[in-house]
Amino acid sequence: MTVITQRFFPARLRWSLQKREALTFYLCVLPWFIGFLLFYLGPVLASFYFSLTKWDLITPPQFIGLDNYERIFTRDKYFLQAIKVTTIYTFTYVPLDLVFGLLIALLVNQRVRGVGIFRTIFYMPSVLAGVAYVVMWMWVFNPQAGLINGLLAYFGVQGPRWLLDPKWALPALIIMSLWGVGRTMVIYLAGLQDIPRELYESASIDGANAWSRFWNITLPLLTPSILFNLIFSIILTFQSFTNVYIATNGGPLDATLFYVLYLYRKAFEHLAMGYASALAWILFLIVLVCTLIIFTTSGKWVFYRGVEE
Amino acid sequence: MKTRETDVLFPAHWRRNLWNAIIYALLIAGSLMFLLPLFWVFSSSLKPEYQIFKIPPQWIPNPIRWQNYSEAWTYVPFGRFMLNTLIIAAGAITGNLLSCTIIAYGFARLRAPGKNMLFILMLSTMMLVEPVRIIPMYIEFKTLGWIDTFLPMIVPAFFGSPFYIFLLRQFFMNIPKDLSDAALIDGASHLQILWRIILPISKPALAAVAIFNFQGVWNDFLYPLVFLHRHTNFTIALGLNFFRSSYSIQWGNLMAASMMALLPMVVVFFLAQRYFIEGISFSGIKG
Repeated sequence: MTVITQRFFPARLRWSLQKREALTFYLCVLPWFIGFLLFYLGPVLASFYFSLTKWDLITPPQFIGLDNYERIFTRDKYFLQAIKVTTIYTFTYVPLDLVFGLLIALLVNQRVRGVGIFRTIFYMPSVLAGVAYVVMWMWVFNPQAGLINGLLAYFGVQGPRWLLDPKWALPALIIMSLWGVGRTMVIYLAGLQDIPRELYESASIDGANAWSRFWNITLPLLTPSILFNLIFSIILTFQSFTNVYIATNGGPLDATLFYVLYLYRKAFEHLAMGYASALAWILFLIVLVCTLIIFTTSGKWVFYRGVEE
Repeated sequence: MKTRETDVLFPAHWRRNLWNAIIYALLIAGSLMFLLPLFWVFSSSLKPEYQIFKIPPQWIPNPIRWQNYSEAWTYVPFGRFMLNTLIIAAGAITGNLLSCTIIAYGFARLRAPGKNMLFILMLSTMMLVEPVRIIPMYIEFKTLGWIDTFLPMIVPAFFGSPFYIFLLRQFFMNIPKDLSDAALIDGASHLQILWRIILPISKPALAAVAIFNFQGVWNDFLYPLVFLHRHTNFTIALGLNFFRSSYSIQWGNLMAASMMALLPMVVVFFLAQRYFIEGISFSGIKG
């Protein structure tokens, strides 16, 4: 197009064509921009303002400066518990998610007959997220007659009380979420299938064994997928809500008081909108800082193959 | 390839077969682990109550009790919940397909100052934590009188969703420009190009957007929980939660209700499996 315009149209007309194209672009993205103001930027700024107020939705918001933040950091033991639970959960679940996702992706990337069926089986649970998924797992974890304790009983092992036991509730939630590991798996799989086979063939000719091929070819070329999965897994895990709201509602003894569950209670059960907004902003900053740290250190370990445009 | 000592003792095809056997063993063991919970729940959904708590577990229900399903269906209006969810899904999908195609066309095909900056801004909103938006959005929609209507879940879709815009933009970028350039010279407008040239060959990408969107609406819990209050407005996720918490439920009924809530998603998954996978590869999230 550029060549054509330069060759056939005089300078002034070309300029106006460029202007028209730009104008069309702005018109095209206008809906997104309005949505950005109404549903992203506006709410984020509003939420910061609310976080500086005391507001119960009935009387008008009352400006109290940084009081909410001060209370959260100095006098709120539930906040500390929520941070603790969410951090432990994130730092256990995310690595497991990344490792299992990769192992399964490597497995279903093998060129054996019928592997497509297995891909489907491993991927399917991840599209089923939501209430039914959790209700299903509550029954699997049922201490008396659930699937897991039922199986353990065959070996004469008395299984724990899982979601009802403060020590076992978090591991149970982790197992439950790992059933959806297909989400990470399928992204690794796309990355794996993008690695040219010739690389492996020439490495084999040079005498590289399977382990060194994995270590020197597969893993480096997969680092962009790992980065993507790491970032999204962390962002999603910090925001876990549905699973814990349904399965334990924060119990037993606040052992699973996840951050967003606590925020939801403050906002929509206690109607402490200002306080909850402060909680939301703290979460926003935590996730932002995590993401930025990962992005800035990613230059050291993420390997990009050429420039693909 | 140089001959190794092991090649004499274990010929290549032996090793190949052994390797395949290990792969199959792992694949089968793994998929049994993934399928077992689903099978277990399905089996429980057909059991009479006295069999449900049997130890060791009764794997195949006998007799099969289909009433678990009909009872669950009539205890609470599941039909209504499904209809509500479908209405929201239809509205949101329409909105997203309309807006995202136009927005993505702009990002993929048109040049303008500030385009890259806007694109990066859009991508960064994908990483925004939802809870930071939910309180102001609740207040926004409350002011508009939209609480307890489907509008909070439908209207934002008409302003596009970052992930779908990104996915479509990647797809549009890969369509050769020759055809649309020729049409432009013939005096076609950008809207005509989008409608006549781009969209007809973008069906797989549009299907991927529709399916991801359906999945999102079907599974969503936080937004309906905050925005919908009356039982008659409940989505399937809210309805199932309501069913779980408000009756002294028989596990058999609850499992039947869960199966009914899962089933449409399972069906969609099997019918449209390739779009799920293709959607991910279109977006270019890979090496």
